[in-house]
Formats: sequence, C-alpha cells, structure tokens
Amino acid sequence: MGGWAIAVHGGAGVDPNLPVERQEEAKQLLTRCLNIGISALRSSLPAIDVVELVVRELESDPVFNSGRGSALTEKGTVEMEASIMDGAGRRCGAVSGITTVKNPISLARLVMDKSPHSYLAFSGAEDFARQQGVETVDNDYFITEDNIGMLKLAKEAKTILFDYRIPPVGLDTCSSAVDSPLQMNGLPLTVYAPETVGCVVVDAQGRCAAATSTGGLMNKMSGRIGDSPLIGAGTYACSLCGVSCTGEGEAIIRGTLARDVAAVMEYKGLGLQEAVDYVVKERLDQGKAGLIAVSKNGEVAYGFNCVGMFRGCATEDGFMEVGIWE
Amino acid sequence: MGWAIALHGGAGDIPLNLPPERREPREAALRHCLDIGVAALKSDKSPLDVVELVVRELENCPNFNAGRGSVLTSEGTVEMEACIMDGRTKKCGAVSGLTTVVNAISLARLVMEKTPHIYLAFDGAERFAREQGVETVDKSHFITSENIERLKQAKEANRIQIDYTQPVPKEPAKETVIADGESQVGTVGCVAVDSHGNLATATSTGGLVNKMVGRIGDTPIIGAGTYANSLCAVSATGKGEAIIQATVARDVAALMEYKGLSLKEAAAYVVEKCAPKGTAGLVAVSARGEVTMPFNTTGMFRACATEDGYSEIAIWPSV
Repeated sequence: MGGWAIAVHGGAGVDPNLPVERQEEAKQLLTRCLNIGISALRSSLPAIDVVELVVRELESDPVFNSGRGSALTEKGTVEMEASIMDGAGRRCGAVSGITTVKNPISLARLVMDKSPHSYLAFSGAEDFARQQGVETVDNDYFITEDNIGMLKLAKEAKTILFDYRIPPVGLDTCSSAVDSPLQMNGLPLTVYAPETVGCVVVDAQGRCAAATSTGGLMNKMSGRIGDSPLIGAGTYACSLCGVSCTGEGEAIIRGTLARDVAAVMEYKGLGLQEAVDYVVKERLDQGKAGLIAVSKNGEVAYGFNCVGMFRGCATEDGFMEVGIWE
Repeated sequence: MGWAIALHGGAGDIPLNLPPERREPREAALRHCLDIGVAALKSDKSPLDVVELVVRELENCPNFNAGRGSVLTSEGTVEMEACIMDGRTKKCGAVSGLTTVVNAISLARLVMEKTPHIYLAFDGAERFAREQGVETVDKSHFITSENIERLKQAKEANRIQIDYTQPVPKEPAKETVIADGESQVGTVGCVAVDSHGNLATATSTGGLVNKMVGRIGDTPIIGAGTYANSLCAVSATGKGEAIIQATVARDVAALMEYKGLSLKEAAAYVVEKCAPKGTAGLVAVSARGEVTMPFNTTGMFRACATEDGYSEIAIWPSV
C-alpha cells in the first residue's frame, strides 16, 4: 500500500493570456481544496467522503464553473450536473438538470446511497433533493454577473461558449478561430474557459473514489447532458484507480475516457501515468480534454492535450503541486 | 466478412413456461424486425440507417418495453430513453425523459446529426423534438393496460421492478397467475455491420416498472447500454444500474482492443465476469461479420442473421 493521494482540477483549456491575478486566484482555491482533502485524509476519512467534501468546496466557490458560478443555458438559467463513484464495489450516483440544489455532488452521493437508482435528472432529481432535505437555494444564487455578460457575448456570437470570464478581445476572432491552434470546442481560447471541477482520492487503505461537477457549456441548449454525470465518461472509479475528466464533453463521451484509463490498466497492464498518457493520446481523436487520476498504490497522475489545466495534487510522502500550464 | 445483424427485446427472468399466447407474438415481432433489417442490409442501407429502422419497428411493437408498451414510472407516466452510435466515426446521440415522441431512437439520431451536443433530456429534448418536427402523440398513446396492471402489482409488492422481471408473488398461490408472462418485456436494441465492416448500434427503452420520475438507466449512456467503434457494435439490456457500473458495452470493445480477445470471448467475459448473474445480456456484431448474443439471465428475446445464411430467433439458452 502506497499511502493516500489526492488530485483536484478546475477544468482544462486555459487562455495563455489569462491575467496573473486570475491565475493566482485559481491556484489559491486549488491549494485550499487540496488542504481540505489532505486534512480529511489524515483524519482517516474514506476516499468517497473526501472527494465529496472537496468537490462541495469547489462548487461553493464561484471561481470555477460548477455550483455557484455555473455557466448559463441559452435561457439564462443554470442546469448543473455531477457524479460520484466509489471504487470499492463500483457504487455510483449521478444527477443532471439540477436548478436549486446548492451542492449537486452531495445529491449525487444521496442517489448512490439512498435511492435504488444510479442516476436521476431534472424535476425527478429536484423532487428527490426535497425528499432528502438537502440545502436548496433560488436559481439566481448560482448566476453571477460575469456569466450573464458571457452569455450575452455567446449569443451575439451565435455560438455555444464554454464558461468564460474574460471578455474576448473581439468576437470576430470566432470566425478566424478555425486556423488558430489554441482552441477548445471550436472556439479560440480567448473566448473559452475551462468547465467542470473534479477530485480523485485514494485513501491509506487503497480505496479509490472520483467526483466531478459542472454547470456545463455556456449557451448550451436546455436539457443538454455532458460527460460529467456519465459514469465511464467524465467519472470512473474501481479497485485499481479513480479518474475525473474535463474538457470537450462530447469528445470525452465518445472516448469513454475515464473508464478507458482503468481499462488499459486492467486489460493491458499499463501503469497509472502510462494509462493517462495513453488515453489522452489515443482516445480523444480531435478532441481537447484533460484528466486527473490516482491509483490504489497511492500514485497520482494527470494529463491534458490542450493549453493548460487548473489542477493540484498531493501524496502522503509530502509531494504537493498546484499548476495551470504544462 | 459479410453483413450481420442482431437484435434484442430485453433480457430477464423470463419463465420457461411462458405460455404460447405470450411467447408467439414476441417471436413473430422479432422475426418481422429481423426480416426488415436483413432486407435493408441487402439493399445496401448503411448500418446506421438499419439499426434506426429496426429499433423504430421494435418501439412500435407494444409487446416490448420501448415506445408504445413502455413501462410506467411510480407516477404512472412514461419516460422513454434511447441512444444510437456509428462505429466508424464514433458519432453518437442520446435522449432521456421523453413523454410524447413516438420514436425515441429517431430523436437520438437527430441529436447526433443536428445539434452540437450528444445528449438531450426531458423538457429540452421534447422542445428539440418539436423544433425538428418529429412525430409526437399524446402521452396516453404509450400506456398499455398491461403496464397499468404491472405498475399496480409492483406497487403492491412495494418494490422497483426491473422491466422484465415478474412481480414478487406475495404468496405462492399467486405465482401461476403471474407466470402467464404479463411482464416479460424489456429494452430493445439492434446492432448491424455491412459487408464493408461499417458498424452501428441502437438501444431504446421505457426503463423500469415503478422507477422514480427522472431515473436514467444504462440505455442512453455511451459505453454502458450502447457502444460502437471500428471493431464492434454492442447493445446491452438488463438491470441498468449493474450495466452502468460494469460499463458493459464499452468493455466488450475494450477487451477486443486492449486484450486481443475475439468478439465472442469478449462478450462472454463481460457477461460472465463483469456483470453480476441475473443482471445483463447483450447483442454484438464485429467488423468481420461475427455475431454473439450472450446473457446471464433466464432468457433474452433475441434474433440474428448473417450473410452466409445463418439465422436464429430464441428466448432461452440454446441447448
């Protein structure tokens, strides 16, 4: 047994010109979340509790796109989704179309623990939230001024934007974006910002868990489901490893990215970092994405094929890293 | 090499003494759908068109749990879901929470082809259906008297019931009544490969009897109930929660890709080793025109045909 390990992310695909103060803000939040996870692991909380705790913190802070700070649908509303998986027994829970639940990840946990199902969505999920008595707030709570501005820009550009807080230099860049190497989801990185938060943990007993939460794409169609709530796509954990992905949701779904990290370990005998490198290289086709992963042996790994990923990781032997760029 | 097709009407605890009046219409429906698929492949329709066509036909058949004939939620409503995937491009589309769309599978195809997204659900999916002008009907169209009775029985038994299982008899005396096979229906699906090795898969369902409103199962989830790539196409059926955990459809392909197993070996491994007994079945075809239809339940309504003339329609394990 290699001891505990933890990794967190706040999305992949970062504008290289992101102002330094915004970079610092993101790094501080990642560091704070890592420290919350580390102290939970030191007090012997099981991996599944730690990933939930850390993702709740990421959801509650408006810096990243999940919970408060979620990207807006074309209707100007917030529809959040999340999933959680416990590698021990491969139990899982997921929610989509959440409009009033303060912490979607905790509702996903309740679907796993308290319902006969693995996945509840839209009004049924909201009804379940009320039955379970989880904290709910008005939909406005999740909507930030920044995001109202971004939705307006997205609508003017007549396109779907990933959540983004730095106004584009000029929207005409959209049309020329096709030639730009720096793009996500068909958009230049100057009009894109990472979506999704996630956490993966292996505890000192070697139990792995993963959790992912998101507001989805800016200006998305109401009802759109991305990779985050899909077991095997955005989130996966088994006895070998725990994985959380972020990036272009449709590419992650097609690549069954999270499951494939585990599958190449299980069926091809690759190590954790090799497995992460393999799926980033071979499973994304033209898609852009990133992921974080831990193994039962206490290893931690990450990988991405876009410009930057907000991430941090730490292991029991004292290693700790928070970064954005390669 | 050569074309091949396989389809299913659900896996589950199908009693061996299913009476002829329950068995025969379903066998006839399977034969009818198989014939339609074979004719389409022979006239060089793409596998993607073939699986959509066949699943539409299965959805329209009230004997199976998809489209008309879908089982009911705890509120007595129908919430349908479906998924389609093209193997060569890995393009895919999925829908959940449909209440008025006659053919959920065709809406999934439209999500794949006409939106930047893969998966639309509930009100947003219904609104998209109206924008696209697909056929919609009143919600009552999908509700059959058999399914109203099944929901009543499930509620009396106070349990969520997998689409195909029998209600748990409250007393042994009731068993004979239940064993007339009223509830032996399930998800539907179809996989096809043409003689060029192009693959496609499609799955459609009404879900579980007495499911919670808003419940999503394995069917619309790429890699769980439905998956295709350049090696194989897979459509799974059974207990959704178990199929999601085991990423059944993707794992058949992953075992071929990463471990070099054949289609039959990969499918058998997933059904025997990855999914708990009594929870799963699947139909799959490979790019080389092979077919396999394993299950770890009592039975699975299934049919297949290949270009070399092989054809099978069956419910229980072949002896």
